[in-house]
Amino acid sequence: MSRFSKTLMALFVGGATMAALAPAMAFDRYQGIGRPATASEVKAWDIDVRPDFVGLPKGRGTVDQGVELWETHCASCHGAFGESNEVFTPIVGGTTQDDIKTGRVKALVTGDAPQRSTLMKVPTVSTLFDYIQRAMPWTAPKSLKPDEVYAILAYILNLADVVPADFELSDENIREVQERMPNRNGMTTDHGMWPGAGAAKGGIGNGGKPDVKNVACMKDCKKEVQIVSALPDYAQDAHGNLAEQNRPVGQTRGKQTGTPAEQKGDAAPSAAAATLALANEKGCMACHGVSNKIVGPGYNEILAKYKGQTDAEAKLIAKVKAGGQGVWGAVPMPPQGHVKDEEIKQLVQWILEGAKAQ
Amino acid sequence: MANSELRLGRIRPAPENFLSDEQIQSVKEGRRDFLRKAFLGASAAMAVPAMARAAGPGDPAILNLPAWTTSLGLPVAANPYGMPSKYERGLVRRESPGLTRVGGSSVAFTPLQGLFGIITPSGLHFERHHQGWHDVDPSQHRLMINGMVKTNAVFTMDDLMRLPSVSRIHFIECGANTGMEWGNVAVPTVQYSHGMLSCSEFTGVPLKAILDMCGADYKKGRFILAEGADGSSMTRTIPMEMVESGEVLVAYGMNGEMLRPENGYPLRLVVPGVQGVSWVKWLRRIEVGDKPWGAKDEAVHYIDLMPDGLHRQYSSVQECKSVITTPSGGQILLDKGFYNISGMAWSGRGKVTRVDVSVDGGINWRPARLETPVLSKAVTRFNVDWVWDGKPAILQSRAVDETGYVQPSYGQLRAVRGTKSIYHNNAIQSWKVVESGEVSNVQVL
Repeated sequence: MSRFSKTLMALFVGGATMAALAPAMAFDRYQGIGRPATASEVKAWDIDVRPDFVGLPKGRGTVDQGVELWETHCASCHGAFGESNEVFTPIVGGTTQDDIKTGRVKALVTGDAPQRSTLMKVPTVSTLFDYIQRAMPWTAPKSLKPDEVYAILAYILNLADVVPADFELSDENIREVQERMPNRNGMTTDHGMWPGAGAAKGGIGNGGKPDVKNVACMKDCKKEVQIVSALPDYAQDAHGNLAEQNRPVGQTRGKQTGTPAEQKGDAAPSAAAATLALANEKGCMACHGVSNKIVGPGYNEILAKYKGQTDAEAKLIAKVKAGGQGVWGAVPMPPQGHVKDEEIKQLVQWILEGAKAQ
Repeated sequence: MANSELRLGRIRPAPENFLSDEQIQSVKEGRRDFLRKAFLGASAAMAVPAMARAAGPGDPAILNLPAWTTSLGLPVAANPYGMPSKYERGLVRRESPGLTRVGGSSVAFTPLQGLFGIITPSGLHFERHHQGWHDVDPSQHRLMINGMVKTNAVFTMDDLMRLPSVSRIHFIECGANTGMEWGNVAVPTVQYSHGMLSCSEFTGVPLKAILDMCGADYKKGRFILAEGADGSSMTRTIPMEMVESGEVLVAYGMNGEMLRPENGYPLRLVVPGVQGVSWVKWLRRIEVGDKPWGAKDEAVHYIDLMPDGLHRQYSSVQECKSVITTPSGGQILLDKGFYNISGMAWSGRGKVTRVDVSVDGGINWRPARLETPVLSKAVTRFNVDWVWDGKPAILQSRAVDETGYVQPSYGQLRAVRGTKSIYHNNAIQSWKVVESGEVSNVQVL
């Protein structure tokens, strides 16, 4: 403690506690800069869980508990069975009992699975625990307690038959679960793209040796030029009008493609524009387009369905508040508790007036 | 060909357009007197002229004085924070439609087709977020150092900005840049094919200096974990060797001002030569450890699928790569004649030493000029003269770095890594030019 400057000491509230913690920070050169962290501070932030389970909190959770938590917190993005491809790529799918035995997902070798699910790729169960704990649910990260993380993870693993339906996952049995991860043997670090020491020197990989070699030939390097791929016709207009994505002067112009964007007026934002902004702010637009389905139906689809119903406004307000499932598909809409009643009313009225931008 | 309707400042660029069918017929019939009476521009230009000339009394842009020459302009500080000209409004970050479905976990690409030199304007720096971005209050932001150190420590922005700083120019490229093109051409322009690339001057403190203060155990602690303060609290493992080299910075400055919120305000990690996901934004914590962490972006994403079904884990270095930014896909050449082929080259392993350019799809190559500065792990601008004869052409660039590594062709890359890797596609890009002057994205093996 004697090495700390007086200024630094003055920063400490409850200096005695701090003094007990913190011995040798090399402040000699940069006096007055930084301070030791308290144990509580480190505990609050150091939440990472490594593949060797260093950092894993104690706790437990069953598949059944996981089902309930999943429906409340996870299903709106990932689908009821973690299979949804509508918002994010699927979590579950593409793994077999045989993969659980071998630790290699065969569909990755044969290329049979159209899409790679999380469980097809992830080798380490710690990764799933770590990420659910630090980043989920999507709109309220770090709100789950360790037991809840165990339960949700148990449910995910059960969906892929890694654990049985009556399973309780805990810090005591998670190492055994690791031995059943379908792609646990599916990783390699034998490559040249780790920027530190190679495996031979205690690091990762081959020490930086590239896997692909070209030579800088200058003349008559090949006999003919074979074009193997060109932009498909259907993709020509997919990125809007390229003329509007290039400068109006210079050595080139952009090609006219797609439908030119409408001229935007400079008028002050209308009530409709303000409501659109509100819909964006409250996250509505993450799942609903104006005219197109994203996760939930487009606003104009909703309008078409409810048009002419006298109680449409009340019905929709109730649906936004409480959530719903089944009217538009299997992916449920969660209750929108974060939106105030008058804002819900404003949004619903806007939808029923056509969800106009201006 | 001549996209004459697009050209500026030429009233009538070529005689066949200048003369009506009737007048051309007159000439063919031998009425040469007609030509003598015609404008100078017409008689001068039966072949491609060395320099085009104005016809008529001249260019209205010169002859009729414009409003900006004949009226009072705006006062100083009309825009307290200056913005680009309204004529530049097309050059903005854009998403690639259909690539992602949630804006909070998506990508906005830098408009490389319109950029010059090596520095990316801060407002055009590409964006990639994993759980949305926040404008973090710098007075409430903290950096914690913990793990295999003598003293777990906390630093405020005041602390960090008091330490000796360095400023360095480096590129940052997402590991998935050009990822949509692994199997086939998928996007029309260089913005979408290569626009997860930016290059800036970053200002900050070498992480080594901060770890030294905390008494890091360099003997056992050969890895660090970097963690963000956003909702996803993104984490990545970085080798201690890079920290020890002094290259890794805890940065708060970008291009002379503070980082932009979308780029990690007020603090991000700078890991030169390594893919962008490791440049953790809103950096809140560095942990020193003896093993890698197997984070989500090291075990589910940012892993490269090889043809044998294995994924490469902890692939981090962005290997040598280049692309011609003009002329490039989705653009149209205005006419035959001279062009300055211009592009960008970079390598995660050091300096670019050479860029060769081909206009015949890779049969013959010639060296481009490397414009200064040429810096390690930074974008290098290259240029080469080209006189377009109006015939079909395929433009390519091929970069070489100081390790001698030569940027590979699609054929060479796919022979080793297949087509499903998603990440680390550094193949030679081809732009096809057709007689109409239109440039499009193609792949050549």
